[in-house]
Amino acid sequence: MPEPAVECRHVWKIFGDKAREAFAAIAREGLGKDEVAKRFGCVIGVADASFAIEVGEIFCIMGLSGSGKSTLVRHINRLIEPTSGHVLIHGEDINAKSANELRRLRAEKIGMVFQHMALFPHRSVRDNVAYGLEVRGMDRKRRWAMAAEKLALVRLAGWESRYPHELSGGMQQRVGLARALAADPDILLMDEPFSALDPLIRRQLQDEFIALAGVVKKTTLFITHDLDEAIRLGHRIAIMRDGRLIQMGPPEDIVLHPADDYVAEFVKGISRLKFLTAEKVMDPWSPAAGASSVSLADCTRVRLEADVASVIALAAQSEKTIVVVDGENRPVGIVTPRGLLRAIQASAG
Amino acid sequence: MITKIPIGGAAEQLVAFVGTYLKPLVITFIWITLSLNGAFFWLFQSLPAPAWIIGVAIVAWRFAGPGIAIFGLLGLGLLWNQGLWGATAQTLSLVLTGTLMSLVVAIPLGIAMAESRVVNSVMAPILDFLQTMPRFVYLIPAVAILGLDVAPAVFATMTLAVPPPTRLTAVGIGQVDPRMVEAAEAFGSTRWQILAKIKLPLAFSAIMLGVNQCLMMSLSMVIIASLIGAGGLGAEILKAISEVKAGRGLVAGIGVVVLAILIDRITKGAAARLTRRWGRDTVMQQA
Amino acid sequence: MEFPPIPLESWIDAAIAWLVVRGGPIFDVIGKTLSTLELLLRDALRGLPPYVMIPLLVAFPLFKRRFRTAALLLAALLLIWNLELWREAMQTVSLVLIAAGLSLGIAVPLGILAAESRLARSIIEPVLDYMQTTPAFVYLIPAVLFFGVGTVPGILATMAFALPPPIRATSLGIAEVDPQIVEAAVAFGSSRRQLLLKIKLPLALPYIWVGVNQCIMMSLSMVVIASLIGATGLGTRVVEGLSQFDIGKGVEAGVAVVAVAIALDRLFAAGGGKDGSKPAM
Repeated sequence: MPEPAVECRHVWKIFGDKAREAFAAIAREGLGKDEVAKRFGCVIGVADASFAIEVGEIFCIMGLSGSGKSTLVRHINRLIEPTSGHVLIHGEDINAKSANELRRLRAEKIGMVFQHMALFPHRSVRDNVAYGLEVRGMDRKRRWAMAAEKLALVRLAGWESRYPHELSGGMQQRVGLARALAADPDILLMDEPFSALDPLIRRQLQDEFIALAGVVKKTTLFITHDLDEAIRLGHRIAIMRDGRLIQMGPPEDIVLHPADDYVAEFVKGISRLKFLTAEKVMDPWSPAAGASSVSLADCTRVRLEADVASVIALAAQSEKTIVVVDGENRPVGIVTPRGLLRAIQASAG
Repeated sequence: MITKIPIGGAAEQLVAFVGTYLKPLVITFIWITLSLNGAFFWLFQSLPAPAWIIGVAIVAWRFAGPGIAIFGLLGLGLLWNQGLWGATAQTLSLVLTGTLMSLVVAIPLGIAMAESRVVNSVMAPILDFLQTMPRFVYLIPAVAILGLDVAPAVFATMTLAVPPPTRLTAVGIGQVDPRMVEAAEAFGSTRWQILAKIKLPLAFSAIMLGVNQCLMMSLSMVIIASLIGAGGLGAEILKAISEVKAGRGLVAGIGVVVLAILIDRITKGAAARLTRRWGRDTVMQQA
Repeated sequence: MEFPPIPLESWIDAAIAWLVVRGGPIFDVIGKTLSTLELLLRDALRGLPPYVMIPLLVAFPLFKRRFRTAALLLAALLLIWNLELWREAMQTVSLVLIAAGLSLGIAVPLGILAAESRLARSIIEPVLDYMQTTPAFVYLIPAVLFFGVGTVPGILATMAFALPPPIRATSLGIAEVDPQIVEAAVAFGSSRRQLLLKIKLPLALPYIWVGVNQCIMMSLSMVVIASLIGATGLGTRVVEGLSQFDIGKGVEAGVAVVAVAIALDRLFAAGGGKDGSKPAM
């Protein structure tokens, strides 16, 4: 198994003057957050977070405000030091790195996008994008060329010499993305990058990000408070609450098998149809059951793994019978209106 | 009643001590101030008055609008007309010398206050104290250590003109959005790079306000310093007061107000204008 | 090409001569009133010996249980006494109190006016801007022109110099009153006058106190400078020290000025908070 790009091992972050004592007490007595606050005046930011992100994977951490997700992401490039635990980038513990090495890592390997854009208002778009290259000491001609290239990637060619305040929110965040990509880092940290945008723009930027991710294929840690967004973008999702990662897995797992009531409450509003496959709703193919009366040539065929949402779309379009076929194009089942209704009923529950 | 505390005697001894043991320092200070002042004065004399007046009017137009430009044209024209151009040039040289030397102290000090809690906790009460003292008092140590003429005037000016830009620089840097600093950190900046590329440019308007205040304080003090031999418009006023020449005094007084308004409006206008473009070309941009 | 000088000086001289002759009685009245007031206050302040005055003054902060303030005040007052500059200091203080008191008498109403009327504000604001850009020294000139040399022009120049901060503080304080509170007061049927007296002014009081404090400190600064035009007191000693090159004398007087500044600051800081915004002077 290849080495993960990013790995967190039992990361704890406790805020407060007595963080060390508080941590010791937690380890010893297993205190809860209320007791920690009462006895030590400390706040638990991240509690025992462990996960690994594979190279090229988009990993979403989803949680409400105050859940500790923004604190956790800042451990990856050590903007925040953990109270305990390890963060590994390509297998190397970044807490063991010197200030110099850390700066190089930040400048070359890890790009970050911020919730409030955090573009530098006194620098042109080009100089914002080139910032990471500039602090590395790259000469102006090269860094401007690279900035222009990344701006083209986020469809902002021609805006190089404008200033951030002249751009709309969506455009500003595209600049933020270009800035994070400028140094061609291996890893992208995205801290609620689209949260501050209005819904239409957010949707549009999500689509653009999906397209872009297909091109640049960066290992991405994506923080969001929006489960829809996590499901749209993430290969895997982790749900965070009160500093803990309470469930981790592919989107369909989270939606179909919530680990506890908290997660269940979240996924309630999510349509499950996307995660149900044709296989789950079909009636088995049996020639006896009147299948002979169906002429295969006159049917719409769908694959076993097609999602139910698209099957419903097909059913709505035509009167034709829908036949489910396997990899070798052999009929294995038939989708009846009753089966579809059952699926809809189940997904709404 | 207990015996009088020998403050006066102690002060005299301190001055004697400084005069004896810190002489090189004192001489260096005198030399720097005289050279700077001389250079500025030479600059003012190197072009005829009308050229300067028109030049100032153009600058005023660019930064503070046509109203101030016309005001400058008329006001400075009046000073020239009244035979006060030489005195004006003297006053301006002193103001620029005092301001320059104050800023050389104030801006690094302000940065140090913003970046170090220790420096801040030491300097804050000192600045408080300097700012509550009546400005007249500053003349005494200046004269005691530096005698008469330009050097004590500049020294007295500095005691009054250093605190505002120091404070404003510190406040300006302290108010930089921490998210900007975090972003700069996330892209691998060193502390110096954050200071030079992010904090100082973003504190630019606060620092410019400090420069403005520094100039105003300098002007105020330079006029008072005529008491200890600083020439210029202040000396004209002093002479007019002692000779009870009402008209002369008032004209020189008007001259001072003209200078004050021009300096204030032009520097404020310049600050606003430069930060409107986000001060990109003017602030420290190292490659 | 050079214009002949405009005979501005002789015009001004003529104008002033005319004004002084025509307005003589008015100037006389102002002068007499001010000097009488000053004389009364000065004698009152000097009437009590330092060993009575000092405990009386220190009692104020003690009464409010502000021990550090009391200690600082005590030290400052004892220092002045010890330097044998008590009489001069009291003279300076009497000038400060008269000038600051009259200044406040004008400034607070003007500040209210500026806050309540847009027209008044549009006139007062730019005037204050110009006044605050004008260096202290310049205020001496018109005072001397009309009142000659002595305490009266000193008081007038000081009043003018110390006027802007309390005006700004008062108008800012009133403007900052929460509009919801004003709305509530109006809803309960307050008249405009009641609104001002019962709601706005009390709520603006902390700001006004800051203005009072600044006014007093600026008055002190100016009174010392005004010794140049014959307003006697500690400033006179400073000037003497400077002109006679008597460093000891000058420094002692300077230290006494600082002690007075600290004492006045502490005594009048009691009501307001820490002074947040120093005016641009």
